[in-house]
Amino acid sequence: MSAVPDTGAVSDPPAHLPYLHVQAVVPERDVNLRLDVAAGETVAILGPNGAGKSTLLAVLAGLIRSEGANGSPGVVLGGRTLDGVPPHARGVALLAQEPLLFPHLSALENVAFSPRARGVRRPQARAQARRYLEAVGVAELGRRKPAQLSGGQAQRVAIARALAAQPQLLLLDEPMAALDVAVTPALRQTLRNVLTDQTALIVTHEVLDALLLADRVVVIDRGRIVEDGPTHQVLTTPRSTFAAQLAGLNLVAGTWDGEAVRAAAGLRVAGLVEPDERLATGDQVAALFRPSAVSIFTEAPGGSPRNHVEVTVADLEPLGDRVRVRARNDRPGADDSEREAAGGVPLAADVTPAAVAELGLVPGSRVTFAVKATEVSVYPTTGTFKRPTTQNQAASDR
Amino acid sequence: MAGRRRGAGPPFAPARLGLPRWLWLPALLGGAFVLLPLVAMVVRIHWSDFPALITSQASIQALLLSLRTAVASMVLCVVFGVPMAVVLARTEFRGQSIVRSLVLLPLVLPPVVSGMALLYTFGRRGLLGHTLDVLGLSVSFTTAAVVMAQTFVALPFLVISLEGALRSAGRRYDVVAATLGARPTTVFRRVTLPLVLPGLLSGAVLAFARCLGEFGATITFAGSLQGTTRTMPIQIYLSNASSDPDSAVALAMVLVVVAVLVIGLARQGRSAV
Repeated sequence: MSAVPDTGAVSDPPAHLPYLHVQAVVPERDVNLRLDVAAGETVAILGPNGAGKSTLLAVLAGLIRSEGANGSPGVVLGGRTLDGVPPHARGVALLAQEPLLFPHLSALENVAFSPRARGVRRPQARAQARRYLEAVGVAELGRRKPAQLSGGQAQRVAIARALAAQPQLLLLDEPMAALDVAVTPALRQTLRNVLTDQTALIVTHEVLDALLLADRVVVIDRGRIVEDGPTHQVLTTPRSTFAAQLAGLNLVAGTWDGEAVRAAAGLRVAGLVEPDERLATGDQVAALFRPSAVSIFTEAPGGSPRNHVEVTVADLEPLGDRVRVRARNDRPGADDSEREAAGGVPLAADVTPAAVAELGLVPGSRVTFAVKATEVSVYPTTGTFKRPTTQNQAASDR
Repeated sequence: MAGRRRGAGPPFAPARLGLPRWLWLPALLGGAFVLLPLVAMVVRIHWSDFPALITSQASIQALLLSLRTAVASMVLCVVFGVPMAVVLARTEFRGQSIVRSLVLLPLVLPPVVSGMALLYTFGRRGLLGHTLDVLGLSVSFTTAAVVMAQTFVALPFLVISLEGALRSAGRRYDVVAATLGARPTTVFRRVTLPLVLPGLLSGAVLAFARCLGEFGATITFAGSLQGTTRTMPIQIYLSNASSDPDSAVALAMVLVVVAVLVIGLARQGRSAV
């Protein structure tokens, strides 16, 4: 703990319990999440909107009631069961999208708020506050009122205020989503420094947050955890389409037919099976390939060893000197529900602007995506989406 | 807080957007309707007798009594009204809307009716009158009764204005404060109350002004004993009715000046927050 002074030492929890154990069951939101986190670990929570990420944070902060399953405790933190414990007594601090600095207090008084609330005398609380402001790089702004701070400065003060609470668990709910993109890289660096030894959950939509801040990534979809593993593993060999899209990769999930991945809607992708993996026919597998490995043709290439699939272009997005072409392998004219039923897979291809012009690509174009089997890696997904993460693993992932 | 955005307006004057011209006519008529009676009163005053009229013993006693009781009532309104507003704004319970309507009832009740209700509750033959008698407390026709009557009619003003302020402030800052380890009392004292201070101030001023002008409930419940329960409005009414209109209009002028001063002070206090 170099950047942040004076963080309360937390006594080690009993060996058989993880530092943080949560079983969040909220039937009215169809949320049922079970998560264990080691002390000092930072976990990125990813997932589509409405997946249950914010519900998880609210359960941990004690803002909504959750029932543990079958009478087992819902939230255990540092060896203490938090079920029924009010928010102020949980040792869980929450940093939201907006800084929510108390408008009537100066930046320094905002940061000193938590020490004061714990009974620290004013001079000592202010001294602590100054150290935390320094740790997040805004030592000189202590006298300002929140209205006199920029968005980035205010969020830094809010981080200092949350850290000054010396929380056993810090929750960050998209802490950079409301900020100007110009200030996010520096703020991310600050967070990286202060989160070093802090047990934290960070809800984010940014793959960079996961890469730079988190030891581990948990993907939530429709109230369930669909993927859980070390950050680099989830982002290099994703099991869920959401994680693949976040990592900017194409993922085709299906079953192994002995030679290729057979997915819904007649999609079949051949590829190289990861070494060390033995696949049996019928295994649940994923085929992963980079958008830059995909070529686009207006007509199906005949007699080629490539995988190819007919798709409808959905949209085009400039990406540096490339254009990302997003498409779906669906039948023409299919509406959304039919696509869903047919299991239309979202696929992306990166091509040059010249190629886009040459092929006359516009949203709605029917084209063929092709990818060489040697560019596709195939690995099993059954039973492995939940990888046990020990603290050692987590530490070495940084 | 309310004044924070002042001066940071758009680069063009919003007035240039223009108002419908017909709006001016009823606006000016309404303004004249409010101001003209005040002018009429000023014109009616015999300025030569003015100092003598307002320094008579009865007048000074009435003014001091009014100020004392209005301050006491305002304090009671804050003491009881703030918790009432917080409970109404921050909790949900069955029948809450009915409770709210009942609490705000004195707002629409004729003050005389409020006075009667108080009399039937705390008067010698009232609901609690006997109990109070046994305890050696008799409130009707005392200064305490004046304060009670004023508090009764002014309380809703404070509750309604503070409840609105609490609702628009929302709970987000309270939640943040709680997750920072602040107990509910600390949250209330250091976050909730400071955030609604402007609303509390304006509510208190409204309540004070209402107390200063209270007449019907006071004369019904507390009567009109000079120096004990005869407040300014009662003194003015009696003077006006008892063929001493010169004194009545002079005292009325004093009341107007006091009211204007209070509103002015409150505005200054608000913009300083």
